[in-house]
Amino acid sequence: MFFRTAWLVLRKDVAIEAKSWEVLTTTLFFAVSCVLIFAFAFVKEGRAVEDAAAGILWIAIAFSGTLALGRTFERERYGETLRALLLAPAPRAALYVGKLLGMLALLGLAELLLVPMVALMFQAPLFSRPLLLVALLAGGTIGFCAVGTLFAAMLVRARSRDVLLPILLYPIVIPVIIAGVRGTAALLGATPDEPAAIMWIGILAAFDVVFVTLALWTFEPLMTE
Amino acid sequence: MNASVDFDTVQVADVSRHFGRRRALANVSFTARSGDIVGLLGPNGAGKSTLITMLATLAAPSKGEIRYGHETAGRLGSALRTRIGLLAHELHLYPELSARQNLTFFAELYGIAPRGRVEAALEAAGLADRADEAVGGFSRGMRQRLALERSLLHAPRLVLFDEPFTGLDDRAVGLISDRLRVLAAGGAIVILATHDLDLADGLVSRVAVIRDGRLLSDEPSSAGLRARYRTVIAATSRPSPTGGES
Repeated sequence: MFFRTAWLVLRKDVAIEAKSWEVLTTTLFFAVSCVLIFAFAFVKEGRAVEDAAAGILWIAIAFSGTLALGRTFERERYGETLRALLLAPAPRAALYVGKLLGMLALLGLAELLLVPMVALMFQAPLFSRPLLLVALLAGGTIGFCAVGTLFAAMLVRARSRDVLLPILLYPIVIPVIIAGVRGTAALLGATPDEPAAIMWIGILAAFDVVFVTLALWTFEPLMTE
Repeated sequence: MNASVDFDTVQVADVSRHFGRRRALANVSFTARSGDIVGLLGPNGAGKSTLITMLATLAAPSKGEIRYGHETAGRLGSALRTRIGLLAHELHLYPELSARQNLTFFAELYGIAPRGRVEAALEAAGLADRADEAVGGFSRGMRQRLALERSLLHAPRLVLFDEPFTGLDDRAVGLISDRLRVLAAGGAIVILATHDLDLADGLVSRVAVIRDGRLLSDEPSSAGLRARYRTVIAATSRPSPTGGES
């Protein structure tokens, strides 16, 4: 029942997105705009500022992820459909997992566009260790979305939700973003520092376990008014 | 699917609810039985929606308890929600999805095989010929009829309606009223929150009047609901410094 409910919520979100393309297009547009603006600022005469690429990649992921979180849950606010989901005879944590999977899919698509774009514009060797990069992106994205999905659901009925979401979210996910930036930067040197990248992947995995566990544990009491 | 949890009474026992320092409900007690259509009447802000929200298990009482049969929501767990249907002013529908997709999603969420059940619900809503159109393009009445069928897909024992008639024309109001009577005759416990006395008159079998979070009256319905309501409200009104009612 748990995984079936999560799957149903994910499938429903994909069906809605396939009709409107609203969240995906705005997220991608925002992510691309972020990278372009940084490129104008940090690329001079065809040369990028050293070590900027890792930070820019993760800032673009975090900013576009925040936008996507807000838009995704705005959909559940309209018509109060989140309440209808909470009324279903399923573990409420399964609803959280369904929304989390949708966010992961969305940010995964954004990263498919962002990584080659950052690599190209900042001449960053992001593909030198592709498996490590994928592990860093996966670890960081799961940590970011785990906390973001919980907070966005909590704030869905708050009047100042658009302001409150980043204020609440960023202080909590800063360790995830730092680990993502440091791990990615370790791969961008002339000689990629694999042990450092693996260490940061381990730290991200630890954050993910803590954040997902806490979110699953707190979702039901937080969503019961 | 509903065999595991069932009940024929819902008892609200000395329930209070606070939001911070604001009191939304204070020591409310009443019992609704199978076959009842209980009208929760009261002015805006009386606490009707808060009570409906708590009956739907979406909020917990600050004090007191709500018993479904002999058990509380906490003891029955998520299985209780297979027996509760809610139709609120907000319709709990996805406007981007079609009527069929909405009903199929919610049917599957409740563990119901959508084949047959969804078609029957579309027929009952009078939307069989527009089943594959996006709900966002429907009129308020069409969306309300669809929302009604969505809330009843799983044949709930406890049916909660919060201002279900808002913005509807006479025909739609008549359809929903008839549906409520059929549900009650079939053994459902129907609780209807409204401030529209004309619509409640002749429809509800019991009347609970709420004001400022307090239950002022709980009695069988009788003819002349509006006059009775005015009497109850007037009897409990405090004179304001300007000479009017508070």
